[in-house]
Amino acid sequence: MTQKGIVKPGYSRSLDLKHGCIEMAHGSGGRAMAQLIQQLFVAAFDNEFLRQMNDQACFPSFSGRMVMSTDSHVVTPLFFPGGDIGSLSVHGTINDIAMAGAMPHYLAAGFILEEGFPLSDLKRIVDSMAQAARTAQVPIITGDTKVVEKGSGDGVFITTTGVGMVPEGVHISAENARPGDKILVSGTLGDHGVAVMAQRENLSFETSIASDTAALHELVAQMIAATPDIHVLRDPTRGGIAAALNEIAQQSSVGMMIHESSLPIQDQVQAACEFLGLDPLYIANEGKLVAICPAQDAENLLRAMRAHPLGKNAAIIGEIIEDSHRFVQMQTCFGGARVVDWLSGEQLPRIC
Amino acid sequence: MKYIDEFRAGDLAQQIAAKIASEADPLRHYHFMEFCGGHTHAISRFGIVDLLPANVHMIHGPGCPVCVLPIGRVQNAIQLAQIPGLILCSYGDMLRIPASNGMSLLKAKAHGADIRMIYSSADAVKIAQENPQRQVVFFAIGFETTTPPTAIAIQQAQALGLKNFTVFCNHVLTPSAVSHILQSPEVRAFGLVPLDGFIGPAHVSVVIGSQPYEYFAEEFQKPVVIAGFEPLDVMQAILMLIRQINTGRAEVENEFTRAVLPAGNIKAQALVAEVFELRRTFEWRGLGWVPYSALKIKSRYADFDAEQRFSIPALSIADNKACECSAILRGVKRPQDCKIFGTVCTPENPVGSCMVSAEGACAAHYRYGRLRERNDAVIKEN
Repeated sequence: MTQKGIVKPGYSRSLDLKHGCIEMAHGSGGRAMAQLIQQLFVAAFDNEFLRQMNDQACFPSFSGRMVMSTDSHVVTPLFFPGGDIGSLSVHGTINDIAMAGAMPHYLAAGFILEEGFPLSDLKRIVDSMAQAARTAQVPIITGDTKVVEKGSGDGVFITTTGVGMVPEGVHISAENARPGDKILVSGTLGDHGVAVMAQRENLSFETSIASDTAALHELVAQMIAATPDIHVLRDPTRGGIAAALNEIAQQSSVGMMIHESSLPIQDQVQAACEFLGLDPLYIANEGKLVAICPAQDAENLLRAMRAHPLGKNAAIIGEIIEDSHRFVQMQTCFGGARVVDWLSGEQLPRIC
Repeated sequence: MKYIDEFRAGDLAQQIAAKIASEADPLRHYHFMEFCGGHTHAISRFGIVDLLPANVHMIHGPGCPVCVLPIGRVQNAIQLAQIPGLILCSYGDMLRIPASNGMSLLKAKAHGADIRMIYSSADAVKIAQENPQRQVVFFAIGFETTTPPTAIAIQQAQALGLKNFTVFCNHVLTPSAVSHILQSPEVRAFGLVPLDGFIGPAHVSVVIGSQPYEYFAEEFQKPVVIAGFEPLDVMQAILMLIRQINTGRAEVENEFTRAVLPAGNIKAQALVAEVFELRRTFEWRGLGWVPYSALKIKSRYADFDAEQRFSIPALSIADNKACECSAILRGVKRPQDCKIFGTVCTPENPVGSCMVSAEGACAAHYRYGRLRERNDAVIKEN
């Protein structure tokens, strides 16, 4: 029988996920930190490796070629239509691994939390990460948490690292593009960047555009099954498709010709870009990929991409050409040609 | 997309291109200046030069608000931003303009200055409301298009009784700049800059109308065709200019009838007249001191004039010696004539202002023109 004012033996106050916030103690190695890890991170990410509760995760090794990638996430705002920094941090690293044609197996996550950050927001983010990892079937098996003083961070920064395996016979690299190859994209361009921009405080325009954030490894697996000889894969994140194509052109020492009329761009994204003076070619994507393959495989690859939900708007947008200057050019709808150059600095809206 | 695709239709472009090719006299050259950076941007973005015959030449004009602001005024803005506690609000394009000592607003921001990139003058008023303890300065720049919104911001600030909001006014006037170019010795006396006609501004003309251009057409015998910023507008305007020249006319014609009235936007003009008055003279990058070419805030709104509140000094800072922006802005030189173009001066590290904005002649040529030069070279080799 418990009386009022008498506490049950063994009771400890649990984390106040409703009204609590991050305090310096949550990063100091004491009980508060242990509690945060146990009640928030381990509870959400739960898997056999994490349950070992060691400073490292121990997992069986593979034979063959492995890939490893790391990605830091600093998005503002933290929550946006279609996703949040949590899902983004899982998808980002999975996609970097998938762009080698690899199958991601494990993730690690590092958190830098700012003092005063609401625990309710952190829980939303962690739950979203857990959901994304579970959907992608790539567990988060180890992690780290640090707390910085108020004013030294922007709420939360998340770094994820992943390891994966490259299937036998797959050799995908940005240096493999060859003249004559076709360039494909897996769907509409610029959705993520415009969705995030629309949420920014000083840019409140109404739109139903959602971020395209998604894990692409299953789409990639389907593509490789249909066309093992894919030369290049890249996810056009920061700097948009323009940056991705220029990087590939540099690495492969080739030029490119893309066709404006073939670019899949949603009307709403196009409209937002028109009135902000932005170019959708330079806007970030988080759930799209660029693929380059021999011309004779292009139709086959396109079919395989369109058969997957994440590739239903896939399109062939151009071809690789010989060019010692490594220019990426675009045939405009208007009938002219122009260079699609690297983005210089940040893309800033034009004035008039 | 509706109201966009109609003005970018490739088949119509081909039809106009065919007309231009058949009507342009092969025995002569046509040199047209597009005054506005908006046109420069459209010409490069859509590859319009590819659709023109070789004897039709486009010269980029000085109508890029970012490009024509002299270094001294940018330096003033940087100094303002460095005042402790002050918030400087600026349109995005201004942030990367290099001033003296390799400084820019973006670099000042990195060093701790509180500089906010805004999309509208109303944002600056809002920031002032939200930060009553801090001085908020709106770095106002631009031609007649951006002037009425600044006037509204000042009137709003007055209505709200804001004591912490001022405007650093740098608004300039298109007709004075065009007159200055036409009166320059390079154009008038020496004939160094062949200039047969103008594509007149789009958005500026919505505000000021088509009448202010009558003077150039009459006095200098140069045709002006006011055109919208869409690529078909530009093509149609070029065709109209060629027709004027072929028939010996020098008139103001309006291609942009869907937005421009002869008298312009009377309300906007009244608003500007209420808040601003002419400056006796103002320094332009490239054009030097141009009489009656800019606006200042009237004394009855002096409480909102940053120049008054912060006693902003007149700074005249020479351009980098190697930089040819000044000659390029007057149409005397082309970007590729500048020794540092594309090497020392690139969009990543701009030395001159023309390399900063996508509307700047150098940035446009860097993005697009290099390809043409290369292609021309290949044709010559073959």
